[in-house]
Amino acid sequence: MSYEVNGQTVEHDEEGYITNLNDWSKELAEVIAKQEEIEMTDEHWAVVNFLRDYYEEYQIAPAVRVLIKAIKKQMGPEIGNNKYMYELFPYGPAKQACKIAGLPKPTGCV
Amino acid sequence: MEDGIKKFLYVNRKAPYGTIYALEALEVVLIGAAFDQDVSLAFLDDGVFQLTKGQNTDGIGVKNFSPTFRALGDYDVNKLYVERESLEERGLTEDDLQEIMYEDEDDDWAEKPSIRIISRAEMADLMHDQDVILSF
Repeated sequence: MSYEVNGQTVEHDEEGYITNLNDWSKELAEVIAKQEEIEMTDEHWAVVNFLRDYYEEYQIAPAVRVLIKAIKKQMGPEIGNNKYMYELFPYGPAKQACKIAGLPKPTGCV
Repeated sequence: MEDGIKKFLYVNRKAPYGTIYALEALEVVLIGAAFDQDVSLAFLDDGVFQLTKGQNTDGIGVKNFSPTFRALGDYDVNKLYVERESLEERGLTEDDLQEIMYEDEDDDWAEKPSIRIISRAEMADLMHDQDVILSF
């Protein structure tokens, strides 16, 4: 199973999470988002970039409540709340945004 | 103590690499954090090596997960007890451990250290106080 980006093939698992984290690119993120039926806006990118920074620093994808709390702190309560985050990523902010961000499925997500 | 909240202690006795115990323990802590219990971690015997700073796993081909301990504060896990005798027996001091901070919600989000060095006797008391102890 794989995504096609600029003629390159990027392997992913049965749920769509990419196998090699180094394969990620912004173009790939757009491809995954499209498959998830998400139109990437600045707010989507802010969440994706936050997740990538978090992973870089702590080597884990944060749980959804940790993500929302951190987004609230960083970008304010208008964005950092459950309702808005689920509007951005209807299938779960952590689960779906991590997939687009090229990270593993969050720890504790089933 | 509020109803339904139990005191959980995760006991870490093994070195970070070579077995899966340390990483699995940390994953259980992160998953278990969703249940809003009163969580503490204990590090003794070779488990104290889990918290050493400057870990580099390039030579053994596994992920260096030591940075993940610094995320525990985000999960409201901020009591990491390290046994002094275990450090001393291995020629380590508190300075060999990485700095792990958390923000205290009840004190205007002041940054405070999560690691507390305690004696073997205090460790025994800590264990005695728990409702649930999980050993790794």
